[in-house]
Amino acid sequence: MPGLGRIVGVVVTVGLGLAAFGQQTHRAVLSGTVRVDGSSTVYPITAAAAELFAEVQPRVHVIVGISGTGGGFKKFLEEKPELRTDIQDASRPISPAELERARKLGVEFVELPIAYDGIAVVVHPSNTFCDYLTLAELKAIWEPGSRIGNWKQVRPGFPDLPLKLYGPGMDSGTFDYFTEVVVGKSKACRADFTPSEDDNVLVQGVEGDRGSLGYFGLAYYEANRSRLKLLAIDPGDGRPIKPDVQTVRRLEYRPLARPLFLYVSKAALARPEVRAFLEFYLENAPRIVEHPKVGYIALSEKLYQAARQRLDQTITGTVYADPESHSKSLYQLYGLEDK
Amino acid sequence: MADGVAGLTAARSRELRSLRRMREGLIWLVLWACALVSVFTTFGIVFVLVHQSLPMFREVSVREFLTGTRWTPLLEPRSYGILPLVCGTALVAGGALLVAVPLGLSTAIYLSEYAPGRVRQVVKPFLEILAGIPTVVYGYFALVFVTPNVLRPLFPQTEIFNAASAALVVGIMVIPTISSLCDDALRAVPQTLREAAYALAATRLEVSTRIVLPAASSGVVAAILLAFSRAVGETMAVVLAAGMTARLTLNPLQSIQTMTAYIVQVSLGDTPAGTIEYHTAFGVGLVLFSITLVINVGAQRILWRFREIYE
Repeated sequence: MPGLGRIVGVVVTVGLGLAAFGQQTHRAVLSGTVRVDGSSTVYPITAAAAELFAEVQPRVHVIVGISGTGGGFKKFLEEKPELRTDIQDASRPISPAELERARKLGVEFVELPIAYDGIAVVVHPSNTFCDYLTLAELKAIWEPGSRIGNWKQVRPGFPDLPLKLYGPGMDSGTFDYFTEVVVGKSKACRADFTPSEDDNVLVQGVEGDRGSLGYFGLAYYEANRSRLKLLAIDPGDGRPIKPDVQTVRRLEYRPLARPLFLYVSKAALARPEVRAFLEFYLENAPRIVEHPKVGYIALSEKLYQAARQRLDQTITGTVYADPESHSKSLYQLYGLEDK
Repeated sequence: MADGVAGLTAARSRELRSLRRMREGLIWLVLWACALVSVFTTFGIVFVLVHQSLPMFREVSVREFLTGTRWTPLLEPRSYGILPLVCGTALVAGGALLVAVPLGLSTAIYLSEYAPGRVRQVVKPFLEILAGIPTVVYGYFALVFVTPNVLRPLFPQTEIFNAASAALVVGIMVIPTISSLCDDALRAVPQTLREAAYALAATRLEVSTRIVLPAASSGVVAAILLAFSRAVGETMAVVLAAGMTARLTLNPLQSIQTMTAYIVQVSLGDTPAGTIEYHTAFGVGLVLFSITLVINVGAQRILWRFREIYE
């Protein structure tokens, strides 16, 4: 998962192409402050968008914080209106409790999907015996106090080969996400794996150990596919699915892929600098999101259009109000059933 | 009249003297204040370390902290036993001494007992250069050269981060500390002792190892202790080369975490100020400080106690 330092690289490489383009669309000089907070997973995208936006509208200050999705929603739905943040970075849809609170406080919001986050589970390229792992096997390997130190303990029939584990460091949103869905509790993880905030080190580690197993953002696998072997994940229904752009977008690769969202309050949208920032954000999202240093998967063109439409027409509310909705893909939820 | 003039000059010279005394006093005060800065800094650091680690000890008992064998303040379930960090530090610092003591001591014996003056003039500055290389360079060297090109060909099971590569480069890093201090200690042994030994038909090796080295032993031990203390506190090279896996192990080919590396992890990460994880960094700092303090005081003591005095 990208850290602060990487944003700089994104801004430099994406930024050059934007300066000229930006001047055309945002002629009016705006000023003001846009306050964003929330998920550490969405942070790199928003932070890069904010930096790039500063080149177009230097007098608008976009402040991006990291409080986690839950912590961010608390600030987005503060009791006092003047304390509320304008935009909320969320790595999951708004929860029923948060929705209820918004209703009570009278906070109307627009929900904008912006990207997919997927996690790739990888092994050494010479590993021929393992093509997929079940979620239960992953949990047994990674849970706190796990004693699994050899592949033969993972599944009967696997060879006698020491298992070496690699994963993102404790500051990473990918680490939080992986532990949450695999182990069942965020940050719950065995202690004797090799952590690194640098994905490149993880790739080196996995390709250097014959018995290795590691995980990191899916886009980082795409950039290093010749050096690693990607595993399919069986969520427990006996049908292992390999992650790729299609299986992530259709929500078939579960549970290690998820959509990411922005929530913006209707009150904040009345301010031109907030609206201009979000328009800019959605226009440039594909390039920022898929930049190798951010490392997420972009939505399809149609979905960005749908998001843009919701923003332009200020369509409020969430498509996730119904509990059933969580198992549906964004295409289905936004009525864009396409193949 | 004459008396009056004499009285005036006497008064004037008294005045001048008191002015000079005042100036002397002022300079004394300034110098004294300068000396106090380091003392106050030390006390300030101790105060902050103790003060900032107290919130942690409200949640974690001192006993659990010092004797626990699991260190996972950033992971669930949280656990606060510092032994894995102490073990990691000992592994790196101990390994560093295995490299540095033989090399540093041999260098010192060579420089003091064998080397002609010209060689000495060339070699000594080179040793000082070794001490001047930034430690981050050593760390990077360990990660991208030592581990893949030296350790992995010899021991294929070596992990990408490992204690051995860190110990190796930290060992090289502290060679100048040992060789330079030992050289001073050896050269302080009076020439008459050597001459007496030669007169009894001792060889050069015998003189060096049986006469000079024992006579300088207090200085040598102190040098080794100071080098150990430096290795314990070494940070950058260890962060880069040894990894971030707090683990109670004596296997140098595995990834470990030292006390210094943990402090870096908390300082650089997103750990919010005021949380217990944040305060653990100060707790670890306190232990680290105590260890180096004990070693340094020990080194001083040895120098004083066992110094051989030749008149």
